[in-house]
This record gives sequence, C-alpha cells and structure tokens, in this order.
Amino acid sequence: MSKQYKVVHCTINGKEIEQVVDVRSSLADMLRNDLRLTSVKKGCEVGECGACTVIINGEGFNSCIYLAVWAEGKEIWTLEGLTGPGGELSDIQQAFIDEGAIQCGFCSPGFILTSWEIVNAGVEYTDDQLRKLLSGHLCRCTGYENIFRAVKKTMLRHLGKFEEAELVDSQGITEYPEPMPFK
Amino acid sequence: MYDIGTLYQAETVEHACRLLLEHPEAQVLAGGSDVLVQIREGRRAGKDFVDIYMLDELRGVSIDDEENIRIGSLTSFSHITKDPIIQKYINVLGEAVDMVGGPQIRAIGTIGGNTCNGVTSADSASTLMAWDAVMEVTGTEGVRRVPIKDWYIKAKQVDLRAGEIQTAILIPKESYENCFGHYIKYSMRNALDIATTGCSVNVRLSDDKSTFERVRIGYGVASPVPVRAPSAEEFINGKEITGENIKLFSEMVLEDINPRDSWRAGRALRRHISVVMADRAIRECVRLAGGEVHE
Amino acid sequence: MAAKYIGQGVNRLDAHDKAIGRIKYTDDMCDKGALIIRVLHSTVANGIVKKIDTTEAEKIPGVVRVFTCFDLEEKHYYPTAGHPWSTDPAHQDIADRLIMTDHPLFYGDDIGAVVAEDEVAAARAIRALEKSVEYEELPFVLDAQEAMKEGAPLLHEKFPGNVLAHTEIHQGNVAEAIKEPGLTKVEGWYETQPVQHCHIENFICFAYGEGDRITIVTSTQIPHIVRRVIGQATGMDWGKFRVIKPYVGGGFGNKQDVLYEPLCAWICMQLGGRLVKLDVPREETFICNRIRHAIKYHITSWMRPDGTFAARTIKAWCNNGAYSSHGHAIAAKGLNAFPQLYPCDNIDGETWTVYTNRSVAGAMRGYGMPQASYAFECHAEDCARAMKMDPLEFRRQNLMPVGYYHAFSKNELYTDTFNQCFDKGAEIIGYYDKVKKYANQTGDIRRGIAVSTFWYNTAVYPIALETSSCRLVMNQDGSVQFQLGETEIGQGADTAAAQMIADTLGIPLDMVHPVSCQDTDITPFGTGVYASRGTYTLGFSVKQTALLLKQKVLEAAHQFTRMPVFNLDLVDGEIIRTTDGRKLMTIGELALEKLYTTDGSQHLTAESTYQIKSNAYSFGCCFAEVEVDIPMCRVRLLNIVNVHDCGQVINPTLAAGQVHGGQSMAIGYALSEKLLWDEKTGRPLNNNLLDYKMSSFMDHPRLNAAFVENYEPTSAYGTKGLGEPPACPVAPAIRNAIGAATGLYINELPLSPHTLFREFTDAGLINDSFAEEKKEG
Repeated sequence: MSKQYKVVHCTINGKEIEQVVDVRSSLADMLRNDLRLTSVKKGCEVGECGACTVIINGEGFNSCIYLAVWAEGKEIWTLEGLTGPGGELSDIQQAFIDEGAIQCGFCSPGFILTSWEIVNAGVEYTDDQLRKLLSGHLCRCTGYENIFRAVKKTMLRHLGKFEEAELVDSQGITEYPEPMPFK
Repeated sequence: MYDIGTLYQAETVEHACRLLLEHPEAQVLAGGSDVLVQIREGRRAGKDFVDIYMLDELRGVSIDDEENIRIGSLTSFSHITKDPIIQKYINVLGEAVDMVGGPQIRAIGTIGGNTCNGVTSADSASTLMAWDAVMEVTGTEGVRRVPIKDWYIKAKQVDLRAGEIQTAILIPKESYENCFGHYIKYSMRNALDIATTGCSVNVRLSDDKSTFERVRIGYGVASPVPVRAPSAEEFINGKEITGENIKLFSEMVLEDINPRDSWRAGRALRRHISVVMADRAIRECVRLAGGEVHE
Repeated sequence: MAAKYIGQGVNRLDAHDKAIGRIKYTDDMCDKGALIIRVLHSTVANGIVKKIDTTEAEKIPGVVRVFTCFDLEEKHYYPTAGHPWSTDPAHQDIADRLIMTDHPLFYGDDIGAVVAEDEVAAARAIRALEKSVEYEELPFVLDAQEAMKEGAPLLHEKFPGNVLAHTEIHQGNVAEAIKEPGLTKVEGWYETQPVQHCHIENFICFAYGEGDRITIVTSTQIPHIVRRVIGQATGMDWGKFRVIKPYVGGGFGNKQDVLYEPLCAWICMQLGGRLVKLDVPREETFICNRIRHAIKYHITSWMRPDGTFAARTIKAWCNNGAYSSHGHAIAAKGLNAFPQLYPCDNIDGETWTVYTNRSVAGAMRGYGMPQASYAFECHAEDCARAMKMDPLEFRRQNLMPVGYYHAFSKNELYTDTFNQCFDKGAEIIGYYDKVKKYANQTGDIRRGIAVSTFWYNTAVYPIALETSSCRLVMNQDGSVQFQLGETEIGQGADTAAAQMIADTLGIPLDMVHPVSCQDTDITPFGTGVYASRGTYTLGFSVKQTALLLKQKVLEAAHQFTRMPVFNLDLVDGEIIRTTDGRKLMTIGELALEKLYTTDGSQHLTAESTYQIKSNAYSFGCCFAEVEVDIPMCRVRLLNIVNVHDCGQVINPTLAAGQVHGGQSMAIGYALSEKLLWDEKTGRPLNNNLLDYKMSSFMDHPRLNAAFVENYEPTSAYGTKGLGEPPACPVAPAIRNAIGAATGLYINELPLSPHTLFREFTDAGLINDSFAEEKKEG
C-alpha cells in the first residue's frame, strides 16, 4: 500500500509551522523525529507514564496516543518552549531545579509542562487536588515528594503567598482528621 | 508510528457515516486512547480507520429543547467534569469520568468512545446506566435513539449498525431532576487505573426526606456489560431511610450481578466489594440529598 | 581543606539542562535514519525451537533482514551480571546466555530478531514470525520450591535440581541451645513477590561501525562491563568495541546487567556496521530485562523470657528465573545479613538460588535486602509480640550492638546508629503518642503505626573487586573537567563528585565540570554504579587524584611565586601563602602561565586508580503510619519517615531525594506491585504500566527523610551507602503498622486488596459469607 501523507499546520512553542507528516505518526513521533523536540520522551507509548506529555490548547495530552494529523490548527507547547529567548527559565523550571525535583530527568519534561499549567491557573489547589492534577505522570526516582514541593511552592508564590510557600517544606507529617465512617 | 492501513478523515458527521458505508471494513477512531493502543498491540494493526476526532460539532454539553442534558459524543472527560450543566444536574457523571486514568487520558478520552467500546469497566458507563441515559445514533438514514439498557448487546459490542456513529448521549429530565448520585471506583491504585469494579448510585428522596422515592444503582465490571441491580432497586424504592434497609439493599445487589474471576481480581472479592460500595454509595447519596440515615 | 561544598544542598549540575529539555538520552542521540531492531521472543515457557519459517516476514516491505537462533554460527555463552570480572575462573559469573537461543527457557526468551526500515515494518515482521515458529514444547516450572523437586523440568544440565547454588551458615549449636528451659518458639513463613524496576526510560541501545570497530551507545549503569561482555558474547577482542553511556533515565539495577547490547552489536556486525537501534518496548522491559527475585523465607527463633534470642534458624528459597544473571549473590547477601542484624550465638541458615522458567531476576535496588528485610522485620515484630514486648524496645535490645565487628567484611558498627535513628524517627512521626492513641481500636477504619529497620552495607568488598579511577584535566582558566567510571544515572553522582573535588582541590564549584557521559575509549576504567557504592567508592579516587593535582598546582605555584610548596595552599581558586594568608595569584593565572610558559610548560592533569579494601555498614529505619479500611480491604499510607545514617551527607537535597525514591519504590512493593504469570502457560499477564500497579502520585503521602550523620572512619569523605537502603525497611514497617491497626500480621507481599481480602475473611474481620466462596475459588 502506498504511504499516506498530510500537511499539518499548527503553532508549536509560539511559532507557526507547516509540517508534512505520515498520517500514521503520533504527535510524539512528529515532535521528536521531524521537529527534533527531544524533550518529548517516550516511556510506554500507551498513555500510562506521561513522559510524552505536551500542552495542546491549554490542556495536557499524552502525545504518544495523539495522531500528528490532529495537531491541525492547534497551539502546542513542549518543554523547549518554556525557556525565554535569552535562555530565561520560567519559575516552575527554576523550582524543579531548586527543590531537587529532578533526578534522572526522564519524566521531568512532562511533569514540568503539567505543573506549568497548574501554577498558571491562578487557583489555590488543595494538596489532594494537586496530587490528582499531577497523577498522570509516573516517576520512579523522586517519590513525587520534591515535585510536589516545587509545584505547591510555585503555585503559592504565584498567588502572592510567599510565607505559606516557605512552610511547604516543614509540612512533612500530616495530621489527618478522625476517620470517617466511610469515604 | 501506528500501523494504520488507510486513514479516512471525516469532515462532517454525514461524511463520517458515508465513509463507513463506503469502507465497511474501516473502524471508527475517536480519541484513540483505546484504539491506538490496540493498533500498537497488533489487535487492530493494519486496519483502515474513519477518523472522527476532528468533528468539533460533536463536542460540548447543552440542554436541548426537550430539556434533556445533551452531551456530544466527542466531549472529553475533562470537559464533562468542568461543564457547569453537568456540575449542576448530574455532578456524579463529572466525578465518575474524573476517575478515568489520569488527567492526560481524561483530556483525550471521549464519552462516546467510552460507551461505544462496549467495555464493562468504563467509568462513565455505570453512571449512565444508573441515570437511564439515551444514546443518540446517527446514520445516513437519520437519527435514532437507543435507551442504554438496550445499548449493550454483549461484551465489546453495542447497538451500532453499518454506517452509524454515536453522536450524543442524552439524560432525560425525568431522570436527572431532583436526583443525587455518587460513584465509587474500586481500583488497585488511586490514579492511572481501570476499575476492578465500580458502582454508581443515585437517589430521589420523598419531599419529607424520610423515604427513598427512587433509587437506581449501576455497576461496572460486575457482569460482561454494565448493569443495573433491579432487585435491589425494587426492594428499596419507597422504603424508609434506615441502616437496616440499606444493609438489605446492599446485600440484594448480589442477586443481580455476576462478576467474573480473572487474574485481575477474584469473583469473591468483586462480590464483596460490590456490597460495600452499594452501602457506602447510597449513604453518600442520602447525605447529598439532605437526608439522614436512621440506624 | 575546609568543607565549603560538602554538606551543602547545591543544585544538581545537570538539573538546568534537564529542566529545559536539552539533556540527551540514548534515543535523542540516535540518527533518525537508524534501522530498527525488534527481538523475536519465545511464546512458550520452555521448549525447543524446531523451525522458524522466515518467508512471510521477509516479504514485508521495509524488512531488511531476519535473524533466527539458527543463524548464530558460533555459540559464545556469556555472563550478564554487572559484576567486576574475575580472572580466577572459580569466581567468574555463570556464562549461560546466548545472543539468541533455540532452547527458550522462559516466555519472552530471545529466539530471533528482525531489522527493518521502520518500527511498523519491524512489528509486522515480528507478528508474522511469531506465527511461523515451530516449538517442541517442554514442561515448565515457575515456583522455586517446585523446581527443586525430583522430576521437575531441568533448565540447565550443569545444575541438578535447578539449584544454581546452595550455601549454609552455622554458628554455635542450635540443637543444644533449644534445650534451654523456658524458651518460646516463634516461627513464620515470609514470602516476597517478583517486581520490576520501572525506570521511566526503557532500555535502549544503538550501534554503528567506525573503522573496524563497533560503537554501542546504550542506556546502562556499567559501560566498561558492557564492553567486556559484548566481547565475550561475540568472541571478539574487547577492544573492538567502544561503549558510550549518555544520560540515563533511571536504572535501579536493571541496567546493572548487560541486556541487549551484545545482540545489537552482533546485528550491526552482520550488516557491515550499519546504524541499528534496539529500543525495548515497555512490555518487553518488564519481562525480557531483569526483575527482582521473589524469595520465600522460613525463620524460627527461640526466645528467652527476657526477650533475647537463644537460637535462630533461617531457610530461604530464591527464585532466579531462567538464567543466572547475578547468580547466588542476592540470596547470599540476605543470608549473611541474618546473623549480623540480630546477633545470636546459635544460628543455622541455608539458602538456595533456584532456576525456574520465569523472567530472569537480577539486581534491583536493595539487592535482596528488601526481601530479607521483610522477612527479618516481620519476624522481629512477631517475636516482640510473642514476648509481649514493645516492638521498638525489642529491637533496641536485640539489634547489633555498638562495636560489633564482622570478621569477613571487616565492617564495624562504630556508633549507636540504630538508637539514634529510632529516636529521631520516633520524634518526627510522634511514634509513642500514636502507639497509645491507636491502641484498642474498633470499627471499620483503623489506624496503626510501626517501625522497621534493616541491614545494609555500602560496597562489594570483599566479595568482589572495588576499584575506582579518576582523571582531572585543568583548563587554562584553572577550571577542571573530571572523569569517572562511576556513572550518573539520576542519583546525582556527578554533583557529589564535583562537590568533593571543589573542596579537596580548593576551587569554586562552578569551576568543576563533569564529563558526564562515559565513553570506554575516553573514560578511565571503572565498573560503574551499583550496590550503594558510588559516592563512597568514587570518593577515594577523587580525593587521591585531586590531591595529586593540587600538589602539581602548588609545585607550579612555587615556580611562579618562589614560595616553598609547604607554605602554599589552594583555597577557593586562589594560591594562598599560608604563613600570612596573602593571595599570591589565582588558579586561572597559574594554569595559564604553566601551560604557556617557555620554561617547563605543563598541562596540569592528574589521574589515578584507587583500589578500595574496606566496606561500611549503612543503617537506618522506617516509621510508617497507616489507615486500614477493613470492608474495602484497602490500606492508605498516612505518614512515612525514614532515618538513615549514611555518614557524612555530601548533599542533603540529593540525599533526601534518594530516600524519597527508595521509599516510593518500596511503597509499591508493600502495597500494590506484583508481576504475574499464567500458571497454565507460563505467559506473563501484567507486563505493562496499566496492569502492573506501580504507585502513582495519589498513592503517596508526603515523604519524610532524615539523617543521622556519624562520620564514617573508613571513608574518604566520611560518607557511605544511601542509594539502596531506603528501599529496605518500608514494606515491613507498613506490614507491621497494618498489624498494629487490625491485629493481623500478614506474611506476604504485596498487601494489596487481594491479599487483604483473603486474610480479613480468614480472620473473620469482614463478612464471612464470602469466605466460603473464596475458598472454593
């Protein structure tokens, strides 16, 4: 059978692009292979690990289970797009560095993108909500702890709550209310 | 790279139906969170697909002229959860689909895909069952409506005919008015999981909140397809809101469900949990409805 | 030498590039024109491949070559363990693997491979080949104890009874000791499950020809060992291969084995050096790489009325899967730890490492000690309960005492580590208050708190060679590059080494640059990272080499300042006259002068090898607080605190990160993770990230890491192992906490709803109308 191609028009990291893709390509394939945006990582290729997460129209998607042709007309961000023209880091990137939220780094691009969305939402999420918002990513190095700290601190700083942000570190032991009869 | 034979990209619903008739071997591709994975596994490798993902007309939640809640079939789980209509009238559906996989899966997964794959573990299915949803199906011949109780033919097979796609899911007013629902997903971890079993209950209480006027309970992974528990419902309707009635109701679900034994979970565990979930879900519904359980 | 950087939580050196997505992992370095290799795996658990018809596969457009086990003309059996080689044949790892085999010994064994222009063609060819393999199926065995029985299928002829190895330990006289009147006998079976490493970057490698050599770029912890094994597997001189290790997306021991590098190199050779890439899918990573050994233990203790041990016995059966990999080392480690953790005059122990027709078990974070810790610490809890003693006080009484000396390893417990860790952890989590608060609960949802400890040591001395080499190269500005064989795999080895170098040499940290990616053509020899040896081991060669370089620097400074070397020092990048503290010149000025001087030009470099002849205990503990929902058969981990004494903490941020990672892996180990095989076919059932329940963000509470810093006297920088210890005490702490909450002390892992349902029904804790059904099922 003959190969089928299509031209895809979309905005990636703020830049309009036109790219010929094999219609069988996933968005991850297109970003990694055609555009060499190698921050997009493949860890499972079935949408379980979250390493290939990119932001499409303001929402995180697993680019491994998203066809490249669906990118038509979309606004897409990869980790490469978060850094300013002079190499300036966004505050969430800096927080991942400062909090030790990066170890092997393979899950980091996806995590940082999801976190970027979270901290820019202008919402003060509860700890449980934060965990749920971040739960589409698997990490085997960090136990999620320092990622949690980085995201919570940055979220609070975005909301002007600098003192609360400093308290995040000391909240390691959690006091729980008495158990409910059921949940 | 996916092993796709030919990809036919539909431009309208009508075009999609026509493509399906012209290419009877082709399968429908919506959000792809199941289908693409199955292509990769080899189960659907090399097949042709009619891609409907770009049909934005199938997205969104509204109240239609008949006061049905109308959910476009391609509406993603994340958009259902955030939708104000859903939150106002059938919040439990938003909560249920907010337990699918993780956030990224909920961004791509569609409620249409979740019900057209005919899978019993679908997190939306037990709630749609319990709220007597109606499937709107469109073909080249026009539109037909299928009550959800007739929708599931057997595991992985639903009432979709040649050249048809599901275009919306409707919740009739009679079904959602004054109802309060709760869904419990039982799974082995708190995210990124499929349901070991799932239970969705909704109640309408009497005006004085002393009795159950109508209780509906749906299960996923309790049978080959999503099911209701009619014996239990029949028992509790009209009964007083007491701990004893809830206990009997919960145990009675076992007459209606038939979970299987598999390496994912044993039948005995699933049956046990089904009872516990029924008990806890109906109690939560009572609480949401402003009632009180008399122990 | 003042410690300016050691002990500081400086940011990882690679964090910035990782945070902007610039770091290159193996796949990122591969040209997109690479041919794609896919491995053909056995679909029987034991059998003989009679024939593979490649006709259909070869017809598929895009397929370049199909290789089968019958194409392997020379059979070079090779070992895969990431152990240092031994030139003594008696100490060499078992060589039982072939690049492809016609006698697959587990479902997933490698029987062929395809090379194609793209992944779709490769996948199609694999599916076509799977249908065309003719097997003579043989009976298989999945359980270690079953495999030892007479009549069980024999995997390797040289190992009768499928016993890879059997070792024993004896102390005193158990038979006599148990005659002491008034003893209480406590015994139990403790069983752990197979799990997988689940690094997020799957194993991947690619290979290409350069001249008459082959270069292999691979995601590994052990590049120099990989090179040796590729030579052994292909029957070629080791120098014919060059191995490059880029940044690695997690290893955890799986990448401390040689995986598919030999196959990739061999195929590259068959294709005249064409660029070929072998990217292992997640499903194959689960079953065709390495897994953690499932080990079953039986422990008996005879307790005196005062709660001390009169005698103890242990037996352990270790399921090694189909090939040797790390062999008996893992089982032996647990057995040897037994008499050390809770010393007793009378001990009998034995352990068997057993071949079965399952995926191959190898190294995984903790190297047998998460399993052994589970057994030891479940049993310790059981003993304390039998003696009606507080479990923490029981441990304080019976654990290895201060001053304990282990003759074989020459390890010594120099400090009161256990009590210090217990005290610190108990205070952080509020242990004593919670023990009281949670006593005598009733109701469906109950809470419990408990503690567990473990035994660990740092490196592999005296079992195997410990060597580390370091090279330092100074630039004209006085900054240095360093190269080490100890690889950066995410744990932070480069950063720790840089902190050491900056302090010892006396230059600012930002003047110390790692050459992070090892290349066997360039990097000095080192065996990689494994055990928990990296920081300890590299410390020796780093310190020795930095001091050598410093000596050269000071000698050069003498040339330009005329001051005697013994009156000079290098501090924070300045040459200082120690007698008055005057700054004489900067290291940049010195390096520039020394390189370009027409009077004795010298490139300032240093390189040295240090063979380490010591090891160090690395102990700690874990406190876990849980909530058990009895009707739902679910456990929620509420709080967890690990306290570790890893000596001098080089970098508190990175050290805490290591603890969190170990805790996390162990939370999954305790509560949800288990690889499953179909008993009827030997087929793996849940080899994907959906069905294998690695714990998610929502399954974690806040993780707490704390340290007790007793400077380790044998260590170059006072530090000792931390990579693996945090993974060891968590599962038993959770088990003991569940026991404290419910009264049920469960002796297997994971403590998943499946296990809890069975145990709760058996114990009558939940509605027993289901118990009957469960027994039938």
